[in-house]
Formats: sequence, structure tokens, C-alpha cells
Amino acid sequence: MGKIVAVTGNEACAQALKQINPDVCAAYPITPATDLMQRFSGFVNDGKVDTELVLVESEHSAMSACIGAAAAGGRVATATSSQGLALMWEMLYIAAGSRLPIIMPLVNRALSAPLNIHGDHSDGMGARDTGWIQIYSENAQEAYDNLIQSFRIAEHLDIRTPAMVCMDGFIVSHSIERVEYIDDADVKNFVGKFQAVHPLLDLDNPKSYGPLILTDLYHEYKRAQHEVMTKVPKVALEVAADFEKMTGRKYGLFETYRLEDAEIAIVVMSSAAGTTKDIIDEYRDKGIKAGLLKPRLFRPFPYLEIADALKHVKAIAVLDRADSFGGYGPLFMEISGAVMSMDTKPAMINKIFGLGGRDYLPDQAEQVLDELVKIAKTGKVENVKEYIGVRE
Amino acid sequence: MSKKFWETLPQGSVVLEAGSSAKFKTGAWRSMRPKWTEENCIQCMFCWIYCPDMAVKVTAEGKRENFDYDYCKGCGICALECPGKKGKKAIVMEEEGK
Amino acid sequence: MTTKPLKLKELAKGEERFMHGHRMCAGCGAPIIVKQVLMATDYPIIASNATGCLEVSTCIQQYTAWKIPWIHSAFENAAATISGVEAMYKSLVKQGKIEDKQVKFIAFGGDGGTYDIGFQSLSGAMERGHDMMYICYDNGAYMNTGIQRSSATPFGANTTTCPAGDVIPGKPQQRKDLSRIMAAHGIPYVAQASPAHWMDLMKKVQKAFEIKGPKFMNIISPCNRGWRTRTDDAIMLSKLAVDTCYWPLYEIENGVTKITVKPKEKKPLADFLKPQGRFKHMFAPGNEWMLKQAQEYVDAQWERLLREDASGKDEAGEKV
Repeated sequence: MGKIVAVTGNEACAQALKQINPDVCAAYPITPATDLMQRFSGFVNDGKVDTELVLVESEHSAMSACIGAAAAGGRVATATSSQGLALMWEMLYIAAGSRLPIIMPLVNRALSAPLNIHGDHSDGMGARDTGWIQIYSENAQEAYDNLIQSFRIAEHLDIRTPAMVCMDGFIVSHSIERVEYIDDADVKNFVGKFQAVHPLLDLDNPKSYGPLILTDLYHEYKRAQHEVMTKVPKVALEVAADFEKMTGRKYGLFETYRLEDAEIAIVVMSSAAGTTKDIIDEYRDKGIKAGLLKPRLFRPFPYLEIADALKHVKAIAVLDRADSFGGYGPLFMEISGAVMSMDTKPAMINKIFGLGGRDYLPDQAEQVLDELVKIAKTGKVENVKEYIGVRE
Repeated sequence: MSKKFWETLPQGSVVLEAGSSAKFKTGAWRSMRPKWTEENCIQCMFCWIYCPDMAVKVTAEGKRENFDYDYCKGCGICALECPGKKGKKAIVMEEEGK
Repeated sequence: MTTKPLKLKELAKGEERFMHGHRMCAGCGAPIIVKQVLMATDYPIIASNATGCLEVSTCIQQYTAWKIPWIHSAFENAAATISGVEAMYKSLVKQGKIEDKQVKFIAFGGDGGTYDIGFQSLSGAMERGHDMMYICYDNGAYMNTGIQRSSATPFGANTTTCPAGDVIPGKPQQRKDLSRIMAAHGIPYVAQASPAHWMDLMKKVQKAFEIKGPKFMNIISPCNRGWRTRTDDAIMLSKLAVDTCYWPLYEIENGVTKITVKPKEKKPLADFLKPQGRFKHMFAPGNEWMLKQAQEYVDAQWERLLREDASGKDEAGEKV
């Protein structure tokens, strides 16, 4: 059996990396992810892991070194946040296009300007189209569990695609919570041995990575990359099933909460889901059929499965902790995409909340649920997109 | 089930066959052609060490042979650097197709 | 490993590790450099390559000129990328997962990818002390994108972004002295080389590979498209660059500077500039000041190098 501890999200992720013992990590400090790799550096310098740690001079070089190390043929991880992820942007596409299963905890943080160090999803959403698998976590336990599972998903021979495991900056990364650690041997056994595909270090079979591919083949390479993403949900569920056998903790492509008979629903990711669940309980006590859907896998996005889970709901509010200026929130756009396949379409509203670490408070969830009750009754949406929790 | 074309592409666009550029013949680029005269050749191997296109054939004993016209792009570095013998160049450039 | 004898007849018997069929322009200096570097040693080599002429012309679709493991990821990160490969090698050897085959790691980059956009990545990798060699093939401009000025472009040169105009006659600045900057990192080995002096170049490569830690070599690489010259004069110009002291051949080993090839007679810089169309305007009436300024800069740099070379020697002229 595992051990129950009181730790922060960063500490839990550092522990997961320690148990996984990657061959190479290359990282650069950035708030709020700094603490994660800082703790891991301690494991390296105390000889608790075999990892070769490359302490680079920028996030661009961090991802570049990860790409070199992964192509060489071994298990590779890094971690970052916000501006760091933004600086990696170019290399994210190259890691995915080169099909290198690099793992990266992303401690979600707002993007400048204005400069802000606190949690929102702007960074992760900006990396939406890079070809990385994205898994979002509600709390430290989920971040720890998802990080361990992500190695199995990314390194699966049908997948071989990098993955970022997201948790909310400070709210999760720096808050002490109860976490159940898995035994070292069980983690090791669960993750398994790394299987190299086309390793550069195979001197007898020299390979060239990163050719120039022009109009006659580029389109086909992207088609192949799309195909890989279609296979991720199945693998993620298989891995989750194995994980449940080991820990008893169940994971799906998304989580539903009191959604089965719900008439109104909130869709929200990460830590805000916890607060929302409490308020949904209060509304249920008042006889209001409210429910919640919390996406876990954001890339690839499970459109059909989510549509099926929401098909009976009359009104949906999608809460985005990021904005697409001039558009709807990124999560709202995805849920709209899911809703498209439904025969009877629910009414939908989009709330932008919690930017730059602004607290998401119970009264915001109440405000949204009250509006949904009204919309469910009248079928009328007055304002599709709106900021909530904003000082007016 | 037969695979679609895009399914046959190497994962991550990795090139699996080392040195496969040899299948791409660059000799067709040439407008000037180097001509090697063996009796003027002192086997200094300068043409070989300075050839940007690895287009000078060498025997197993390390002796210079003729050009590999499949790859020679006709730049003329070899002819310029050739010391020749008694004032006579072993390599001269001629117009292609003459 | 014993050092390979540097005799052309012997070298010619060896197997090429850089193949024909690549698509560099006819008469380009860069492939000559790559072949000489790879030929200098029998150690297994893994290379990274910054985006640029060399990268884009040697690995296209299923055609690769490389017979060694090779990786290109982006423009500004050849050093960081190879540092990752080296770190994985080190990790796997340390863990006993693979055998230590004394693999050597090289990053190749042009001057744009090295002096400019890749400078941070290079500086970082050198400071971290990876066991790797960075080789810059310096053709003095962004040739791959069409001859734009870089910080390696010499004073006065006509490029597409600093054209020889009526008001501004070519590049106003002198070039960045990257070799010195790399030496200032305190790394164990820095050298300048030229493909015309193949023996000197290969000796330096051999020496570098026997030294643990980060190494940097800067190699002049004539580009007939960008220099506006003939296709047959890459080696001739490399020689003139050395003979005019525009591109001195020297090495800095553990802080000690040594000129490895001293020209018998220092030729005027104009001998190097004249055959190149990019300097044509400097020979026009009224622009004499440009030639003078270019010559003065080269003279000052050369004098400083001579002083540094002398400072490492005793009275008998032996290195101490």
C-alpha cells in the first residue's frame, strides 16, 4: 500500500518524477513551476535518481535539449509555466512532429502583459494546437496520478507523442493537500521500461532527424499525426483501468458529477471544479437538478463522449480560465464543437473567470447556476460570453 | 487491409537509411565538366580533399581515378587547385556537351 | 584511440561519412569543411545541425547525406539539442544501459545560427561543460535566406539587407569576433580554421576530440552566391583570407593562444576583397576610406593576436 502525505502539487509531481526516474531532465526555473524541478534537483544531487539533469539557460533550450535527449533514445521530462511555455512554443511543435514522448508538468499561469505569476489556463490553451497531449488535473492527487499515467500514454507504441500534465499555478502547485503516494516499486512496474524507437544512439543504424519535407509529403505527415491523436482516448482509458487496479482511483476522459439526471450543468476544468461541486451539492439540496462535467483530456478532446454525457442537459455554462480575445473562451469552443453532434441542442453560455489567479468563489458558481436555472426555464440566452468575478 | 500512403511514412519523419542522398544524382546540374588527364596527375589528392561533392573516385589503395560524373556539379575547384605536372594541369574545365 | 595519420593517400582509403548527392550549391565551402571534420577522426560521431544551408541541403525527405546519426530541430538551438543527446548518452552509459563507445558530439551551425540567433544556446551549452564540439561554418551572412547581413558579415560588405547604397555603402559595422568571445567562456579549446589548410583543420579537430569538455571551432566557409565570386575559388579565397590575416589560423588551448599558420608574407586585405563582388563598391573612387578602415581593423586584430601568441612563449620562442 502507498503512503498518505500532506504535500503541495509541485512536491507530489517531483515525487512522481523521482519514482519514475527519467534518464534525462532539462529544465529552467519559472514561477510557479520552479519548486517542482528544484525539488527534483535535490533528488539528483542526493543520488536518489539516475537522471542526468541539464540546467539550461532558457526554456527554449530546455525543450531543445529534451528533444535531443528523447531522440537519442531514453525517457525525458521537464516542467514549466506561462512565459516559459510561450518561449518553448516553436519547440513544442517540433517535439510533437518528431513524435518524441517527452513529459512535461505544466503549472498553469497567466501570460504577460501585464505581468502576473498566478494561475490561469492561458499558457496551456496557447499550446492547444502544438500536437501535445494535454491532461488537466483538479488537485495535487490528480496531478500526481496523471503524471504517472502520462508516461504510459505518451510512450505507448501506437502514440509516441509528448504530453503535458497541467495543474493550476499556486492554487494546486503551492497548496498543501492530502495525497496518497504509490509505492516506488509499483510506480516503476506500472510505468515499465522505456522502449526506444529510432534512437540516435544506435550507432549501427544511423538515422537523420528533422529533414526538410516540402509540399509533396508535409500534408501526409500531418495526416499521420492526426491519426495518432485519434488513438489517444482508447490508450488513456486502458492506462486508467490499469491505474485503477493498482490504486482504486478511477480516471476517465472527463469526470462527471451529479450529471446523470441534471437539467443544468457547468463545464469547468482543474481546481475550480472542486468549488463548483460543493455549490452543486447546495443546489441539489434545494431540489435543483444541477451537475458538472470536468474535462481531463483536453487534447485530444473527446467530443463525442462529452456530447453523450451532456445530451439530456437543457442549459450549459462553460467556464473558461482563459480567453481567446475576439472569440469565445477556448473550452466553450470545444464544448460547442461537441454539442454540434447532438440532435437537441442545449442553450449555452460562456463565463470567463479567474484570470491571473483571481479567486473563483462560491458566489460566482451560484451566480452562474442561477442564470442557468433561468435559461433552462425560458430557453433564452441574453449574453453568450461574459466575464465573472470582475470588479465593476 | 492495405495501408494508406500516409500510414507508410516513417514515424516522426526520421530518415532511416543513412547516406541515402547517393540516390540523388546531382551531376545533371553541371554546365562545365572537369577533364582529368592521368599523365599530368601527380596524385597529390588535392582535388579529392577539396571536392565539395565527393565526386572524385579513389581506388581501395587510395589512388585517384576519374571523376564521378553522377555527382560532380562542375564547380571547378579541382581544376583551379590542381598543381599539374611540369606546368601542365591534370584537370581542365570544358563546356558540358562539347 | 590512436590518432589517425593525416596523409591524403591514407585518408582517401577511408569510408566517407558525408555522402555525395547533397544539394549544396556547386563550389560551396561548407561541405568541404564537413567532410574534412568527419574524416579527421575514426571516433563515432553524432551531430546536430542548425537550420541553414547545410541542414536544408543535406537532409531532404528520404535523402540524407549523413552516414552518422544526425539531428536537426530548429535554427537557434543546435548547441542545446546536441547537449540533450550528449546528456542522454552520459545517462545511459552511467546507468549501464549502453556501452561507452567514446562517442563524440558535434553541433554544426552557420554564422547566423551561431553568432546571432543561436548565440544564447551556444553560450549556455559551453558554460554547462558538455563534452561536445561546436563548429561554425562562417560564410559571413544569412546565405540560406538570401544573403542578409549577420553579425559575422565583414565591414563594408554588400548584402541584401545592408546593400551598398548611395548613402550607406554596405555594412557599417565590423564583424563580431566570436572566436574570442567563445575563448572568454574559459572553455578548454577554441580554434579558427580554413578548409584550404586541410591539415591544420584536421589536426585541430583531432586535438579537440582528445579534450574532454566543450570545444569551439570557427571555420571560414566561402559562399560564391553571397560573396559574388566564381564557383571555383572557395579554396583560393580561403587561402587569401589566411594570407591577408583577415582569417588568422590560431588556437586557444586552456587560455594559451597559438597562431598555427603564420603567412610567410602578410598580403594586403584588398587581395582578399577584390575578387569578391560584395566588396566591389569599396574599390570605387571616393570609397578609399572604406578599404583603409577595413585594413586598419584587420591590422589591429592581427597585431593583438601576435602579442597574445608571443605572450605564451619563452625567450627561445617555445610555448611554456
